[in-house]
Amino acid sequence: MPLLWVLRDELGIKEPKYGCGIAQCGACTVHVGGSPVRSCQLPVGSVWSDVKTLSGLGAGGALHPLQTAWIEHQVAQCGYCQSGQIMQAADLLARNPNPSDADIDAAMSANLCRCGAYPRIRAAIKAAAASMRGGE
Amino acid sequence: MNEVSKDPKKANNGKADKPKVSRRKFLIGSAAVAGGVAFGAYFILRTPANPLLRDLGPGEAAITPFVKITETGITFIVPRADVGQGILSTQAHLIAEELDIDPGTVTLDPGQPHPIYVNAKIASNSLPFQPLDEGFVPRTVRDLMETVARVSGAQFTGGSSSVADLHEKLRHAGAAARETLKTAAAGRYGIPAASLATENGEVVFPDGRRIAYTELAADAALVEPVTDVELRPPERWRKLGTVFQRIDIVAKSTGAQRYGIDIELPDMLYAAVRANPGRGVSFDRYDDSVAREIRGVHVVVEVTDGLAVVADNTWRAFRAAAALDVDWQTPDYPASSEEMWRVLEDAHREDNIDSRLRDDGDVDEALDGADVVSAEYRAPFLAHAALEPLNATVLVEPDHVTVWTATQVPTAIRDAAAEMTGVGKENVTLHVLPAGGSFGRRLDHDYVVQAIEVAMSVPGTPVKTTWSREADMAHDFPRPFHMARARGAVSGGRVVACDIDTISPSLSASWFGRVFIVPPGPDTLIVWGAYDQPYAIPHYRVTGYKAPEVVPIGSWRSPGACSNSFFHEAFLSELIAAAGVDPLEERLRLISDPTSRRVLEAVGEMCSWNGPDIGAGRGRGIAFAHSHHVPVAEVVDVTVTDRGLRIDDVWIAADCGTVFDPVNAEAQLTGAAIWGLGHAMNCELTYENYAPLQTNYHAFQGMRLYQTPRFHTKLLEQAPAVAGLGEPATAPAAPALADAIFAATGQRLREMPFNRFVDFA
Repeated sequence: MPLLWVLRDELGIKEPKYGCGIAQCGACTVHVGGSPVRSCQLPVGSVWSDVKTLSGLGAGGALHPLQTAWIEHQVAQCGYCQSGQIMQAADLLARNPNPSDADIDAAMSANLCRCGAYPRIRAAIKAAAASMRGGE
Repeated sequence: MNEVSKDPKKANNGKADKPKVSRRKFLIGSAAVAGGVAFGAYFILRTPANPLLRDLGPGEAAITPFVKITETGITFIVPRADVGQGILSTQAHLIAEELDIDPGTVTLDPGQPHPIYVNAKIASNSLPFQPLDEGFVPRTVRDLMETVARVSGAQFTGGSSSVADLHEKLRHAGAAARETLKTAAAGRYGIPAASLATENGEVVFPDGRRIAYTELAADAALVEPVTDVELRPPERWRKLGTVFQRIDIVAKSTGAQRYGIDIELPDMLYAAVRANPGRGVSFDRYDDSVAREIRGVHVVVEVTDGLAVVADNTWRAFRAAAALDVDWQTPDYPASSEEMWRVLEDAHREDNIDSRLRDDGDVDEALDGADVVSAEYRAPFLAHAALEPLNATVLVEPDHVTVWTATQVPTAIRDAAAEMTGVGKENVTLHVLPAGGSFGRRLDHDYVVQAIEVAMSVPGTPVKTTWSREADMAHDFPRPFHMARARGAVSGGRVVACDIDTISPSLSASWFGRVFIVPPGPDTLIVWGAYDQPYAIPHYRVTGYKAPEVVPIGSWRSPGACSNSFFHEAFLSELIAAAGVDPLEERLRLISDPTSRRVLEAVGEMCSWNGPDIGAGRGRGIAFAHSHHVPVAEVVDVTVTDRGLRIDDVWIAADCGTVFDPVNAEAQLTGAAIWGLGHAMNCELTYENYAPLQTNYHAFQGMRLYQTPRFHTKLLEQAPAVAGLGEPATAPAAPALADAIFAATGQRLREMPFNRFVDFA
């Protein structure tokens, strides 16, 4: 059984969403051992490390800077993709503290948003990156 | 009328005492329904009873159908569905502005389906008149249609109509509640209501003392609601019109937001559906022996169009549904896109003429002997493909049905649930939940009907039926395919003749036929976005041709206009090019409506318009649409790169009359434009063997981040009426892009999706 459905139906953890079931939309993105994973594709028996979902992203119960930026920029419309978007963006910022537009496009284009919140996703990632670098 | 004592002090002699009044006496009139005037018969004028009064407890007040106050809290009824467009937050802020309360402290409840929450505006949207025509006949018929809508009690969310329909009703509700609370406070303390103020959820006395609204609930329940209230003018608004936080934004940024698909109930079961990939028919035979052996499977159920499997989790239900061995019946429509397009082409015949709502000058004479410009345009079937797959949770009990789902048509669901199970409508409880997108798909309730069928097989147990993405794609009611044949002429550097024949199945007949009743008269959706544009072309004709349905079709963000605006503006662009004049200047010359002119002028200023030529390997395009009562002008810049065409920038100017929530309004403008651009570039449903070949997002994705341009938007507030923004910016996006591609490459694109003809980076 894929990790997604264990999280959702067995454990009641609802932040990762079902969107496509074939790793084409990114709505189910969680972190396993710190790396972003499409949980609809990972059999639960193959989970190799700790699983983290959006509510566990911030340190010590605080909001992650990406979540703060998502709120300030009012990114979400329907919001269904946003848990996956933020988990993907968190990986980008962990690897690249100052991403360019091209870096953001490359990292985030596998996460689908049907409402078209993309301009604010870009802006919020840049704002969060700046805040994590020390409020430049 | 209120039969209770008019003296609140007498009825509630001290704060602690609960008033002893029976519920049936609370037949308070409603102050909230503005606009219910001047439509004739008393029966029609009469305000439906306030549904909140039915369930009030002692000491609880429902001053209007939109505001309920108890000792423990305040609830706003926000009856329009939030499918991502932000209307939940807008509704709350409209009430809160007049009630003087932080809407974040209020419980928001979509309410139960009820005629008082009718959407009257949407019924008058699709009438066969020019939207700018305020003559006697159009006005009278619009009023009549709004009246019909009131009588029918249809409550739906769509057509970018929510703000137009609700902005006065909800502010009235807030104002009536505020004044009634002041009256209650005045009565309790024996001072004039006029000496009281309100702020932050409290009534403020002249000496500075404060009393919370919730403490006044019991008193307020006993006073006659104050209905004669004046709305505050915009210059006195505190929050509306300013930058404020959308109410659901924190939940949607932290993972706390729950959608229909997230519902969990004790002892719940989970179902998946395996339906005929073709539409309108079911199976000949099936073998469920393998499916039944899958761990966790409870039962296989026959439903409309196919089968469902009930299991102990969604994944097992999906697997078991896929394991069913089914022989499907053959639908009675053409099997392939090729055959379907032939049906549409063949429908371009005199006897299929459905409307000719634009017929200015003498087109035939103007084209006779002229150097005629002609072109043919096509728009494909398109899926909605909202990211949350369709789902509904249903509990069927002997005397009661409970439904949890996201929907734009709550009354249709209530009626269907009652009819299917035999319980009374009053014994259907519908919990309307936030939606992970819709784009018009949730104007149908087929998925809920199916979930009720499933739940009826396991009475007493709640069942969540979730469609797989593949089921969601195959069983969409897509945007209809649509084509146009256009002819025109230019003379002396001017567009003088434009004749557009637009051909499509009838969306009104298909959708209204499923959900409501088929309206009489021509289907304006066949010609919407083409016949209703404010151009004064001397010889100007738009004819709608009704084609056979082929497959059942649905409303798709800016129905009609999403195709017709492309046809109309792309052809106008060709005529303007033939005339050898500037596309912006010629549009301004042809339009006299001041609101429309202003958005064109604004977009020109924003992008420093100086014609389509912006340098080698680049191009600038422009298009205009009057869509859903909003004039929108868009300019698109593209660059030819070695990886294909790239959209660099998009400028949008629109006028929606009044902007209540500027942050959300901007999101709707850019989101609607991205919707229009992404599908025009990349998407189509092509049919083979009766079903779409595009089964998931690998083949149907709209726009992704790497293709998203920079946006520059401007909202004007000079239009005479308030209008919504969920759809208007979709219409001009595709033709503006096609125009830019022509400017950059010299290639005319007359068929969507454009990626059949050009590569995009």
